[in-house]
Amino acid sequence: MYINVLELLEDNVRDNPDRIALSDENESITYLELQAKAKAVAAYIIRNSQPEDGLKATIHLPGPVAVCIDRDIRSMILFMGVVYSGNFYVPIDVNMPKERIELIFRDLDPIMTIASSDQTIEGIDIRYYADIMEEGCYDPEETEKKLAVIRKGHIDTNPLYAIYTSGSTGVPKGVLISHRSVIDLVEQFAVTFPFPKIPVFGNQAPFDFDVSVKDIYNSLFNHGTVTVIPKAFFSMPLKLIEYINDRKINTMIWAVSAMRIVENFKTFSKISTESPRLIMFSGEIMPVKVLNYWKENVPGAIYVNLYGPTEITCNCSYYIIDRDFDQDESLPIGVPFRNTQILLMDTENSQPVTQTGKEGEICVRGTSLALGYYGARDRTDESFRQSPLSGKYPEKIYHTGDLGYYDDNGLLRFTSRKDYQIKHMGHRIELGEIEVAVCAIDYIDAAVCVFDTDREKIVLFYQAGVGADAFATDKELERDIVKNLGRRLQKFMWPNVYRRYESLPLNKNGKIDRKALAETLKNKYEEE
Amino acid sequence: MDEIISILEEVRPDLDFAAEKALIDDGILDSFDIITIVGEFNDAFDIEINVADLLPENFNSAEAMWELVQKLKNA
Repeated sequence: MYINVLELLEDNVRDNPDRIALSDENESITYLELQAKAKAVAAYIIRNSQPEDGLKATIHLPGPVAVCIDRDIRSMILFMGVVYSGNFYVPIDVNMPKERIELIFRDLDPIMTIASSDQTIEGIDIRYYADIMEEGCYDPEETEKKLAVIRKGHIDTNPLYAIYTSGSTGVPKGVLISHRSVIDLVEQFAVTFPFPKIPVFGNQAPFDFDVSVKDIYNSLFNHGTVTVIPKAFFSMPLKLIEYINDRKINTMIWAVSAMRIVENFKTFSKISTESPRLIMFSGEIMPVKVLNYWKENVPGAIYVNLYGPTEITCNCSYYIIDRDFDQDESLPIGVPFRNTQILLMDTENSQPVTQTGKEGEICVRGTSLALGYYGARDRTDESFRQSPLSGKYPEKIYHTGDLGYYDDNGLLRFTSRKDYQIKHMGHRIELGEIEVAVCAIDYIDAAVCVFDTDREKIVLFYQAGVGADAFATDKELERDIVKNLGRRLQKFMWPNVYRRYESLPLNKNGKIDRKALAETLKNKYEEE
Repeated sequence: MDEIISILEEVRPDLDFAAEKALIDDGILDSFDIITIVGEFNDAFDIEINVADLLPENFNSAEAMWELVQKLKNA
């Protein structure tokens, strides 16, 4: 039984050492090389951060190593190096706004920060891949000894990675995932989906998205290759399909938003592909129009709708597309994976819903549950709660905040959110996080965000006070709001529509009336 | 040209489009920006930007986009 993801890597080194493990636009490496480089990275981390020896080393606890990522294989080599060093990795996108990076680093306090390319973060000491490799002339015998001690002390509930996601209080949350959960994920994927004999994964998702976790570890488990697709190709879809053909990519685990781009530009009118055999998508609701476009143009592939939040290790349910769908239908999120249980909890009485068609909150039981939010006990306890079903022994279930029901065919269907979390441009966003950032601007008195699902736009309703008169027009004021938000929020969180109010309407509890605002929005659009 | 700049500024209020020359090559515009920009151009100028027009050289600068729009308008 596997207890460490490195065992998956080592199986490849034993069985197919010369197979390409990772490739990107510029370079590629075999499994044997991957292991050697990862060990060099580990040696560097150990040498520079963990002087402990003897008995102390046997109770080594994994610590966070921040990894500044790029669209390259070096990011993945660094991940494996961190794991060999007995620590867990935390992918960081240095292009995030400064304040957000600061919040994450304050929360994380990493033992070291390493980077795949020449990224910089103000005030942070970064060790670079190139320098680590140059120094690579480590003492192999000594390193192997140290690695062996670390491995001996390893247990499968040790954390493997943390991925930061939007938090409603304005502070991002680090979702901490164990080796055990990832091993379970790839074992269940392998028995559920028909992977090609040697899968070549076309990696679309950035490494700070957990969609990419499925590329990396499914590839290790199925002895495949991960091919990183350059980001710019998603703006220039002809090149994207050319690349899929050139690299013989046969397995795609993509965000819905990336598949939409191909449909949006009617890409298959100019180029075709027969390369993909297995196409899985997740992240937001897949429009049937987009799915049908792909099915018509790439008919040889099997399509799978995947569902689940980062907190349950990527996905908890799946639906293999087994029939045609009309444009006015929606896709089911399907059935739970093996070794995962989904409970629909009645929000009124905290008991599971057992009737077809009745709505409940989607809650998850099983090995897939995250260890929690890093350094945030209270926030962990809010979402990972004692199961009301197993009252006589401790057991946590994860409350997703998603509402759903079982249809007449016994398939799970997603309906809506319980709270103010949205999916926008493939990202999971807490509207509260945007509101906190807007309200932090000096001249803003109050602000509320509403998501217009039909038009896919974040609408900001705000009330401005002292200081706002420095701007001649509302338009100038809005430009300044965006400038301010740019320091805190990633671009996909910026509001798309602005509505200024002298005073925002209140409901009978004295809170800003979101419902009334959402309604006026509809009227406003009709007038326009 | 002004109309082009004004559309671009709506999409990305944080950028100075008069100065940027490598919007695609440097990854400044992402795929969502391109989708929005193409949609806005199609509507504003009554053109149809085709997937074959989606090349870095056509979108690296406001000027390049202007040239593309002129070409398609006259086509």
